[in-house]
Amino acid sequence: MNLFSLIFGSSLGKKFVMAISGALLFGFVVAHMLGNLQVFLGPEQLNAYGHFLQTTPEILWPARLGLLAMVVLHIWSAIRLSRENKAARPIAYAVQKTVKASYASRTMLMSGLIIAAFVVYHLLHFTVLMQAVNLTGQNFSALLDVKGRHDVYRMMVIGFSHPAVALFYLIAVGLLCLHLSHGVSSLFQSLGLKNKFYGACLDRFAKFASLILFLGYAAIPSAILLGLVK
Amino acid sequence: MNLTLRVWRQKNAHTPGEFREYEATGIVPDMSFLEMLDVVNEGLIARGGEPIAFDSDCREGICGTCSLVINGIPHGGQRGTTACQLHMRHFKDGDRITIEPWRARAFPVLRDLVVDRSPFDRIVQSGGFVSVNTGQAVDANCLPVPKDDSDLAMDAAQCIGCGACVAACKNASAMLFVAAKVSHLNLLPQGKAEKDRRALNMVKAMDEAGFGNCSVTGSCEAVCPKEISLDFIARMNRDYAAALLKGKFHAKAQAAGG
Ligand code: HEM
Ligand code: FES
Repeated sequence: MNLFSLIFGSSLGKKFVMAISGALLFGFVVAHMLGNLQVFLGPEQLNAYGHFLQTTPEILWPARLGLLAMVVLHIWSAIRLSRENKAARPIAYAVQKTVKASYASRTMLMSGLIIAAFVVYHLLHFTVLMQAVNLTGQNFSALLDVKGRHDVYRMMVIGFSHPAVALFYLIAVGLLCLHLSHGVSSLFQSLGLKNKFYGACLDRFAKFASLILFLGYAAIPSAILLGLVK
Repeated sequence: MNLTLRVWRQKNAHTPGEFREYEATGIVPDMSFLEMLDVVNEGLIARGGEPIAFDSDCREGICGTCSLVINGIPHGGQRGTTACQLHMRHFKDGDRITIEPWRARAFPVLRDLVVDRSPFDRIVQSGGFVSVNTGQAVDANCLPVPKDDSDLAMDAAQCIGCGACVAACKNASAMLFVAAKVSHLNLLPQGKAEKDRRALNMVKAMDEAGFGNCSVTGSCEAVCPKEISLDFIARMNRDYAAALLKGKFHAKAQAAGG
């Protein structure tokens, strides 16, 4: 037995991969929300932040590559584990009852796959700036502010002024919140860092953190749709 | 009481099975679920039919042999209770009860409601023992065991290996069983010497048997007749991680203990 096969070839090892990649993605999701919330501080603040990231490749690229690695590991282990789980029960029960298992815990693969589809859209929308997907007919890469920087603020305002796009974002962050309401406490269990003394506290933290994430992320398209940010 | 049973009937592992309906009449509320099945079987035998095959042994909730999924819940959903200790007073006259075997790839149906649980034996053979020479019984207090540890080890040791955890899990995962067996020995000084190897080997045997993985849904803990805690799964994960971090994975496979 070698270390590689004990991690990538075993049930517990794959859960370690899933938990660690999930934890780092959770960290990113928190930081990303804080970054985005700068939209409420006005165009100057947000555009300066965007400009800083764009012109600091020594931060941008390691972060992008790290995230890509985490996404690949997370999705790889999700699919491997889920396929093994399906195979382990070839014949379903005639009477299907759910005991204790929460809705979130039973739908991790589904919520995850929809989040993955959203991530692809989100990257095309605001990172690649593909005009065809933003549904507003505008070219986001041509938006520059008075200082000649990419006008991230106006891009957000225009981007979310399309209700279908805003709705898709809201649904996606809702599902992310569902995914994390289970995932954030489950990851501690998977890494062996949970017991009855603080387990309930972790469960509450997971629900609370997901709720905060949802409110933080949902605030942006909602505020734009309601005309509070323009 | 009169009941209608919908029971899974299957001749052997190689023939497809199906549900059949039986009337259970004259059932006394004080009967256990298995006694109710005995009554039905007596009727079947009297009419020249084939009795419903199901597993049982102690009938007092301590051996882990009985294994019925009753209305979709392993052991019938009475907290901390095996099917043999489930009484008919929990049902109502006229109820329709569906009875199925444990469903898992690792537990093929042998006949009707009887499944092959030998993968559990192989998991125990891979590390559920302490390799020490036996001899004279040592003095009781020669080996100090902290009270907390012995209590926790006893909680894990309560596992009767019935497999309800596998049956209840949406992934047919055996984590709760394996975690109980790993923890019960890893917590005690006698078991500590082989702690790392035990975690690695028992997890390997579990994976090879074709059980699913843990999604931390908690269904296993909820149906466990001995109420084994999910905490033991976290403990097993920790023991496994510690064995990896210590580089203990070069250990040769242990010979099965006798
Ligand atoms: C920003 C995106 C995401 C974050 C922050 C995230 C986070 C997490 C966390 C923390 C866990 C818990 C790990 C554990 O149980 O040990 C988890 C589990 C899981 N994730 Fe994600 N995830 C994300 C995206 C995805 C995607 C795109 C998929 C799609 C394939 C996915 C599928 C799963 C599955 C199937 C599980 C395991 C559930 C189980 O064990 O039953 N996740 N995720
Ligand atoms: S027959 Fe022994 S536990 Fe049910």
